[in-house]
Amino acid sequence: MKYVDEFRDIGLVRNLSVKIRKITTGEWNLMEICGGQTHSIMRYGLEEFLPDKIRLVHGPGCPVCVTPLEIIDKAIRIAGRPDVIFTSFGDMLRVPGSERDLMSVKAGGGDVRILYSPLDALRIAEENPDRNVVFFAIGFETTAPANAMAVKEARRRGLKNFSILGSHVLVPPAMEAILSSGENRIQGFLAAGHVCTVMGYEEYIPIAEKYRVPIVVTGFEPVDILKGIYQLVVQLEEGRCGVENAYGRVVTRQGNPAARQLLSEVFEVADMKWRGIGTIPRSGFRLAAEYTGFDAEKIFDVGDIIQQESPLCIAGQVLQGLKKPADCTAFGRECRPEHPLGAPMVSSEGVCAAYYRFKVPN
Amino acid sequence: MHMCLAVPGKVISIDESNPDLRMARVDFSGVVKEVCVQWLPEVTEGEYILAHVGMALNVVDEKDALETLELLKEMGELDAELGKDAW
Repeated sequence: MKYVDEFRDIGLVRNLSVKIRKITTGEWNLMEICGGQTHSIMRYGLEEFLPDKIRLVHGPGCPVCVTPLEIIDKAIRIAGRPDVIFTSFGDMLRVPGSERDLMSVKAGGGDVRILYSPLDALRIAEENPDRNVVFFAIGFETTAPANAMAVKEARRRGLKNFSILGSHVLVPPAMEAILSSGENRIQGFLAAGHVCTVMGYEEYIPIAEKYRVPIVVTGFEPVDILKGIYQLVVQLEEGRCGVENAYGRVVTRQGNPAARQLLSEVFEVADMKWRGIGTIPRSGFRLAAEYTGFDAEKIFDVGDIIQQESPLCIAGQVLQGLKKPADCTAFGRECRPEHPLGAPMVSSEGVCAAYYRFKVPN
Repeated sequence: MHMCLAVPGKVISIDESNPDLRMARVDFSGVVKEVCVQWLPEVTEGEYILAHVGMALNVVDEKDALETLELLKEMGELDAELGKDAW
């Protein structure tokens, strides 16, 4: 695939590896924010190309993992209603709720459908005027504009039977929460390339300055990730803390202005709960006042829900980079991809799933 | 599916019939999908776009991609030369 295969070239990976080894003198803890990058690091064994002095800490950038338990439980209640067609990205179906998951709702006869794009939900709503079509709109800044587009387009088409159950989270406030924690040991960040394709990278400049950490935007292929690490180490060794873009083929300083404009029209910034982590101020989106008619939480009364997390799961500490999956007593035992106790074992971006798949300890 | 996964594909054709929802047929290594290009007013047929959950997020900058690859290749060649001199 063009613009993918070239960035998996082992020769270029080796060149970068040699360079990184040559310049590294200090011990550096670097965090990749995005779970997609965590998976690439595990899949290609990229830690093997780094000196021991560089440690990669995995960040909370897995939208499936941080969607609050109460929203999962609400999704399960709404999806079980006979008047509802519940639509979702595939990853969400196996995320454990307090008692069960969306897959079991589907198995029990609920109309739960997996979509490629939120826009597909509009077609389903048009084809089923007597049913309520709900889209499970989760995601970071990469996905939020697509979800916003579905809402705006539903309003333009006058669809009365479409709504979203939303849980949108934002990267910069999560980085600040990690950096301002007393336990923080992160000295540099790889920023999530596709989040920045939408948002640009200006909002990271004040964070880099305030906390004196370099931040490098990069992509998902092995060459992209090592190039990002190289630029971070150059900065750290020189005592600099700038924001740099190592993913220039799709990221610009301003991001995508039209997508950002849509976000500010359909959503407003709000405090948001992150599963396993807690509430982070101004770290998410909720529907703006003129779009609340599309809010499934306001349309469907789901009653009281008693939330129950697995007592074994340490997902919160794993998502904050404080513990590794193997530190969990349930990892690979009670908790496996086919029977997850916590969301990070479910998703294609979840750090526990990455460790299980690519690095299972004997 | 990977939620944050965004993949490059080549624009085959653009349908401008709905000005609020411009759609394109995009070829992802032989798999053709409909992708919304509403946020890329300048995109033209033959260009590569980065697609995520049915939306095109940006046009891939070919010049930047080629320059980056060239720079990283040179990095290795330079090292090899310097290595030879040192010995």
